Amino acid sequence: MKGIKDKVAIIGMGCSKFGERWDKSVEDLVIEAAYEAYEDAGIEPKDIQAAWWGTMESGELGRALAYPLKLEYIPITRVENRCASSLDAMRNAAYAIAAGIYDLVLVCGGEKLKDSGFPGVGLDPRAPYTSGVEVDMSPPASFAQCAVRYFHRYGIDPQKGKEALARIAVKNHHNGRLNPKAHFQQEVTLEQVMNAPIIAWPLGLLDCCPVSDGGSAAILTRADLAKNFKKDYVLLKALSLCAGAYQPRLRQGCEMTSLEENRRSAEMAYAEAGIKDPRKELDLAIVHDCFTIHEFLIYEDFGFSPRGKAMEDVEAGTFTREGELPVNTDGGLKCFGHPVGASGLRMVYEVYKQLQGKAGPRQLGKADLGLAHCAGGTPILSLVSAVAILGR
Amino acid sequence: MKVEEKMVGITSFGAYIPWWRLKREILGKGKKGEKAVAGPDEDSTTMAVAAALDCLHEGDRKMIDGLFFASTTSPYKEKQISTIVASAIDLKPEISTADIANTLRGGIDGLKIAVDMVKAGSARKAMVVVSDCRVGSPGSDWEENCGDGAAAFIIGDSDPKARLEGTYSVSNEMLDVWRAEGDAFIRSWEDRFIASEGYDRVMKDTISIFLRDRGLTPSEITKAILSGSNPRRIMALARSLGLDPQKQLPDPLFDRMGNTGAAYPLMLLIKALEEAKEGDLILVAGYGDGATALLFRVGEGIEKARGKRGIAGHLASSQPVPDYPTYLKWKGLLKELPPIRPYMPTDPSASAIWRERDQNLRFHGSRCKVCNTIQYPPQRICTNCHTKDELESIRLSDKRGKIFTFSFDSLTGHIPVVVDLDGGGRILGMMTDCDPGQMKIDMPVELSFRRMLSARGMHDYYWKVVPVREGGDQDERDKGQSGHHRDGLL
Repeated sequence: MKGIKDKVAIIGMGCSKFGERWDKSVEDLVIEAAYEAYEDAGIEPKDIQAAWWGTMESGELGRALAYPLKLEYIPITRVENRCASSLDAMRNAAYAIAAGIYDLVLVCGGEKLKDSGFPGVGLDPRAPYTSGVEVDMSPPASFAQCAVRYFHRYGIDPQKGKEALARIAVKNHHNGRLNPKAHFQQEVTLEQVMNAPIIAWPLGLLDCCPVSDGGSAAILTRADLAKNFKKDYVLLKALSLCAGAYQPRLRQGCEMTSLEENRRSAEMAYAEAGIKDPRKELDLAIVHDCFTIHEFLIYEDFGFSPRGKAMEDVEAGTFTREGELPVNTDGGLKCFGHPVGASGLRMVYEVYKQLQGKAGPRQLGKADLGLAHCAGGTPILSLVSAVAILGR
Repeated sequence: MKVEEKMVGITSFGAYIPWWRLKREILGKGKKGEKAVAGPDEDSTTMAVAAALDCLHEGDRKMIDGLFFASTTSPYKEKQISTIVASAIDLKPEISTADIANTLRGGIDGLKIAVDMVKAGSARKAMVVVSDCRVGSPGSDWEENCGDGAAAFIIGDSDPKARLEGTYSVSNEMLDVWRAEGDAFIRSWEDRFIASEGYDRVMKDTISIFLRDRGLTPSEITKAILSGSNPRRIMALARSLGLDPQKQLPDPLFDRMGNTGAAYPLMLLIKALEEAKEGDLILVAGYGDGATALLFRVGEGIEKARGKRGIAGHLASSQPVPDYPTYLKWKGLLKELPPIRPYMPTDPSASAIWRERDQNLRFHGSRCKVCNTIQYPPQRICTNCHTKDELESIRLSDKRGKIFTFSFDSLTGHIPVVVDLDGGGRILGMMTDCDPGQMKIDMPVELSFRRMLSARGMHDYYWKVVPVREGGDQDERDKGQSGHHRDGLL
């Protein structure tokens, strides 16, 4: 089994401003992201040979991408894997390049969530008809179950545990304030996070990422062709995807203090990239902090922190910009915003910019190897977790 | 030729009273006592299931050949509830089912029909479940008096613990208390008319003729259970019959439970049976479009026929309804705009409900014959060893378990929980009848049949998770019969 390492390059990326884009449709957001990527890659739209479109519910069929961009009569695949949609779209596009089928492809993610009339993530009401008895549980309530279990398992005083989670929100807002494309640009204090209205204890409003509108785009080519487009292209070192089969729901003994899909997707990606000690080798990681507890659990599942030690690392500032392994340098979902289908490529966008040294005021001192991760689903049912590792 | 008459009677009995109580002072200053109120996810169906499970002994499932559901508040106008109850309590499909509707005498007459059925030999055992949650117009005496509850009995001819000695019925056509098609509230004519030409006269005549025909004097009755819409009326009737209200009438439970409609006389019968001793003679008389009187002789070992919690057990635990608007909302009398929120459940599909009837109503999970892993919902390929189609059904509704984890969901208002069931299996569920302050990991819980939602005229029933309710000292009863999980295998 040969991996993807060093076979595919990203030569252009784009990301719209994320946020409450009341005056913009999903088509506008896709155009905003795609044309930034075209310009970055120095290509014309007509050069695109095939495209992949990642969205949860903001445009059915490949035509939803063809229409705004006027990509006429080329193959376009719609990919839906909830929050992992656009990262999975990039994975499929990269494999098509690596297989030698195409030389130049476009990947787009996009989501228009702010037209729904409510401030949370909704599910398509046309979702499959069911017997209607499935437990009615919001995403924060599902992730909160992990926090309740984690505090219990490790004997953590709940208030202390909540404070550790709050520090993650504070860190991500601190990072995001430097990012003009982020949904929010302001800091939050520990007190503000701790005292925010409770959504699903211990998660308060400021432990939860906002629901946003946004679009994102990437242009991929074969590694050996990349230098024809630009010098500072970025190489894919690993791509992984891992889907759970409802094990935590079906089996006693499945702990919810570790999310197996996350753990395995990281393990697969490290193996492909040849990473032995991620905490030392990675220069940054952009991970799926939909709720602070998720980023907290990822520290352990991704091998950034030893088991049961994430709290100590949070308190030591390990994952701040100045820390040993900066996590969510662009503000993460918490501050950058979460237009579901667009988020995966937004995470890649930050790693790409950091590796090129083009992250502006957010630029880290050393950035040669970075990780992007997103995951859709709920812990008790299952996640689909996607990881991409990028290098020079 | 004299045919030996079978000894037919009650082999077991059980009851259900909702956890919630409305303190009557909420309805008006100086009003006394409280009444039982079905929670927002309860109705006559769910209360019937709870009473039936309270009554059911492990060996009964194989023997029950008939089930009758009686109520004046059936959630369906056209569709049986007895089939839902039979499924939820996991009876075999080869049984007779029927609903007895539209009369407060339905429960008592259901008992009579079940006895006749067993006597005739068309059922070895028959179950009668009666459940009501009538709504009185705001501000009316009916609102003050009507409570919610259910009773269940199993009738059989093998060692009945309370033998039916005789019955007597009178039909009396009049409009005294009624609800027409589309009426939300109970209607009634003038009190004086109801009393003199209806309740007082018909009940008095029925009971006195019944006793006279059986050669009994009122003093020979140990306990007389008289249905009625208020305690004063019942006391007056008892006196006119020559009964001693102090000694012969049971506590009418108006102050603690209220008048539970068709279930009321039978819930009082259960209370009397819980306190009875061998040889007691118990008279039950129900009123509604006439009257029916039944006479039971209590036999040896009556305590073995008791429900797990019964009336006494269910009265032992309660929670006040917070306020009057909440009560009105639960009764569907106060409509609010639904909250705009994510994850609105979609309307249920009748074909999906039907396809999942065993897992949703009977709460069957599956157990892998290869590796023993119990899993819910039932699977075709084992989650643990991946063997295909080697799983067998296992009933999980009677399992207890412990909270593995939980959260409070302010977006839905629910407490979603993960429960590890004793003996194996894990479920994702929703708490109900639960004080949020008591939630903690490892808390013992059990399952309760509830109404999830109603849409398109369909009521969608499923099991929720409740803290193990107090008052279950009878739970030891079935030990040795169902203590081991393999006994739940079908």
